[in-house]
Amino acid sequence: MSEVVQPASLALAVSRPKTAPFDWRRAVPLLLAAPLLVYMLVFYALPVAAMLLRSVNDPSWTLANYAILFEDVVFQKTFWITINTSVTVTLGCLILGYPVAMGLVRAKSMAPFILVIILLPFWTSVLVRSYAWMVLLGRHGLVNEALIALGMIERPIRILNTPLATQIAMIHILLPYMILPIANALRQIDPSLIRAASGLGATPFMTFRQVILPLSMSGMAAGTLLTFVLALGFYITPAMVGGPRDITLSMLIAQQVDQLNWAYAATLSAVLLATALAILAMARKLPGVGNAFKTSMR
Amino acid sequence: MTVAGMNGAGPGPIGRGASVTLSDLEKTYDRTSAAAKAVDGVSLDIRSGEFLTLLGPSGSGKTTTLMMIAGFETPTAGDIAIDGKSVVAMPPYRRNIGMVFQNYALFPHLTVEENVGFPLKQRGVPKAERAKLVAEALELVHLPGYGARYPRQLSGGQQQRVAVARAVVFKPRLLLMDEPLGALDKQLRENLQLEMRRLHADLGITFIYVTHDQEEALTMSDRIAVMNDGKVAQVGSPEDLYDRPDNRFVAGFIGESNFLPAVVRGLEDDVVVAECEGTLIRALCPGRPASGERVTLTTRPERLRFADGTWAGTEPPQNRMSVTVTEAVFAGERCRYMLRAGDGTSIVLKEPSSAAIRRRAVGERAEIAWSVADTILV
Amino acid sequence: MRLMRILPASIVSLILFFLAFPIVVVAIVSFSSATYLTFPPPAFGLRWYEAFFSNPDWLKPTWVSIWVACAVVVLATFLGTLAALGIARLPKALRVVAAGLILSPLIVPGIVVAIGIYYAYSRYGLVGTPIAMVLAHTCLAVPFVVTSVTASLSGIDPRLEQAALSLGATPGATFFQVTLPLIQPGVLVGALFAFITSFDELIVALFISGTGAVTLPRRMWDDLRFQIDPTIAAVSTLTIVLTAALMGAAHFLRKRAEQNRMATSSAAP
Ligand SMILES: Nc1ncnc2c1ncn2[C@@H]1O[C@H](COP(=O)(O)OP(=O)(O)O)[C@@H](O)[C@H]1O
Ligand SMILES: [Mg+2]
Repeated sequence: MSEVVQPASLALAVSRPKTAPFDWRRAVPLLLAAPLLVYMLVFYALPVAAMLLRSVNDPSWTLANYAILFEDVVFQKTFWITINTSVTVTLGCLILGYPVAMGLVRAKSMAPFILVIILLPFWTSVLVRSYAWMVLLGRHGLVNEALIALGMIERPIRILNTPLATQIAMIHILLPYMILPIANALRQIDPSLIRAASGLGATPFMTFRQVILPLSMSGMAAGTLLTFVLALGFYITPAMVGGPRDITLSMLIAQQVDQLNWAYAATLSAVLLATALAILAMARKLPGVGNAFKTSMR
Repeated sequence: MTVAGMNGAGPGPIGRGASVTLSDLEKTYDRTSAAAKAVDGVSLDIRSGEFLTLLGPSGSGKTTTLMMIAGFETPTAGDIAIDGKSVVAMPPYRRNIGMVFQNYALFPHLTVEENVGFPLKQRGVPKAERAKLVAEALELVHLPGYGARYPRQLSGGQQQRVAVARAVVFKPRLLLMDEPLGALDKQLRENLQLEMRRLHADLGITFIYVTHDQEEALTMSDRIAVMNDGKVAQVGSPEDLYDRPDNRFVAGFIGESNFLPAVVRGLEDDVVVAECEGTLIRALCPGRPASGERVTLTTRPERLRFADGTWAGTEPPQNRMSVTVTEAVFAGERCRYMLRAGDGTSIVLKEPSSAAIRRRAVGERAEIAWSVADTILV
Repeated sequence: MRLMRILPASIVSLILFFLAFPIVVVAIVSFSSATYLTFPPPAFGLRWYEAFFSNPDWLKPTWVSIWVACAVVVLATFLGTLAALGIARLPKALRVVAAGLILSPLIVPGIVVAIGIYYAYSRYGLVGTPIAMVLAHTCLAVPFVVTSVTASLSGIDPRLEQAALSLGATPGATFFQVTLPLIQPGVLVGALFAFITSFDELIVALFISGTGAVTLPRRMWDDLRFQIDPTIAAVSTLTIVLTAALMGAAHFLRKRAEQNRMATSSAAP
């Protein structure tokens, strides 16, 4: 018997009976992690797995549900819209995010201010941000009013409930995920390299092309992949501001669940999940991306 | 029910220091690979109340040895006994050993007072008593009145003193220190070396001190165990190690040494006669090497003299050799000469500088001399 | 030359404007006195806040959201902190598997998680109960707790724990008196993230909140299907302020913990 009162699991960490056949200290980390691992299995992983299983065992074991997808026009259109939206949004984020990342890294006294502006939307829920774009893009929304006031259009045009609205709102929502990894990469560039380049007679543009851009590539790759993977799974924003016929994969899945069409919903979910995982697997192969990913996920 | 480690705490006179016996201690970190042993068969008898230093280059296994004594590493083989009782199976918090870490490991979220009071709190010492003992300990390290500060508000030297106060406040009979002065600048280090010695004398407990700095080891220790590659190369008093190194590693690691290749020609009592550069050199030798054996003789640069110099009332020394000066450097208190013996062995000679002594020029031929007692066969 | 300097700055400003403007507009609209949605508002007033605070149809979901989020904080912080402590000391292969499972909700598309949970929970009659919301939201919140605590654990000098043990602290005492206080900022940040994750969550709520556990985002979503009335702007503004305040607090905690760490380690390299 131990003479010292102590929490049992922690006591195991150091007390070592000389003749113990099994070293309990080795088990302590696993015992600490076990409650959460069991919890995640029971309330998250197994439910998702059970649902996905419906794609291959409904009504009996078969891959037919996947085979059908090759002829499924609805699926193919939806899949294409989803990829198309994700690519557009990712490109938009890259184009808008890079200058901001550079601005953030270059700025001195303004940096905290810029950071707050980047983080404020980051901290606001997707629902609220999508709602904000409903307010702005609606028939009598600010954008239409402004365009009319400027004389560019005569009567309100339809922006809300079009693919454009989805793209604008998604870019707005995903932009911080692009900015932060790029800013991270830019921050790690040794400033003396830039000074050296201009000392060697490079114009600012040449310095950018030949020094800054290549060195920030890992951040760009990380931001691009992160943005793309997140964009693939978007549901709330396209449902709120997108067009009624521009259905993304997530929306199609939700629809099928509403119709209790579980086998089809599960098949689509498996495709969506596999696409996301495939892209992440590719990402880990790229040099430098793994690290940039890790630091930006914090 | 007893509280762990309570026996050493509380008021009253401090007992004498603990004795520590390491027997054939071994530690291998990575058993899967054929990696070298971090500690490889260390046996040491550390006496009660002794100031023993583990000295050795980085990676020689000093920290590992200390960690095994403290209980943070389990020996792969061998035994550790404190006051004759094996402690290998005892967890660190029951060993009642004080420890000072290289980076001090002060708790950043606790004040100085709370840091020093920490071991007392663990032993259930009542608050009032604790405050008194903490104040005494801070007094001991010359930091009274700093109790309310946080570690980050102290300088490196002050943090070091707090770490010492914390390690001795519960009156352990053994104090372990792993390069406790390593992070400080030279001036501060020298002051604190003296303070550590004083502390050792005041407390009367056993100190095991780890350093890679030979000067520090020579200044502070009663005995030094020189470690190399996980083994103890030699144990002895600073004088022993400096004047009578057992082997080439110790001779080279502690202070500067000249190594002269030689061939044994004969024995005279406990003095060996060897031929070096065509001349016969006499050296002290514990063993009895055979005639004709190739050996290395070692001698300290400051024990060599130019033979035409003065010998302050003593007999001119017996060992002599002809050399050529290849380099002469004036270094303030000393002149340092690089010399070349007949067939190319280089020899360093250090001479106290004096305006009265003629300085040698490069290329000059000279004869050097030194005594038999300063020549060791290794 | 001058253009070279002003052009990038104005581009960056424009993009920042694009980022901030929609949120600012929502805040302004919420103080409108008009009975319909228009910008700029003809006059300012608090009528939409009054509408929110006097309508039980809004207040009830708000309380549900708060209670669910609080329960999630307790559960996720407890499980997540324990797990982070364990995972850091697991052998590499096991660590990768455990971290993969725990962090996967960050990358698995929300809809897949949501319908998976709906599929399984409905079998056990959990749908429409606050318990189901807590159970599901905890899964989504846990990754944030684990990453936050892991980050602060990796910043702790292992010698501090050794020092405590050498000073006679039992492993239990070492944990409660040394490790826990040192990772406390990380735990707090994780807890704040857990709260926000649950409080803002919509997709899972759409499927499993049923009629018995309607949360605030779910109520907003339902409302938006029929009208864009400025009450939602008021609710949105309130949630923006709440989350921004919590995130600001998290940011501040993290910065302070970092500074503390640097101050003590720089004195003793
Ligand atoms: N935790 C450890 N895991 C694996 N190898 C270690 C560990 N600690 C030390 N070693 C190795 O053991 C040897 C001795 O190290 P150490 O005891 O720290 O030496 P010293 O303190 O004398 O510099 C070195 O080769 C070192 O690389
Ligand atoms: Mg060491």
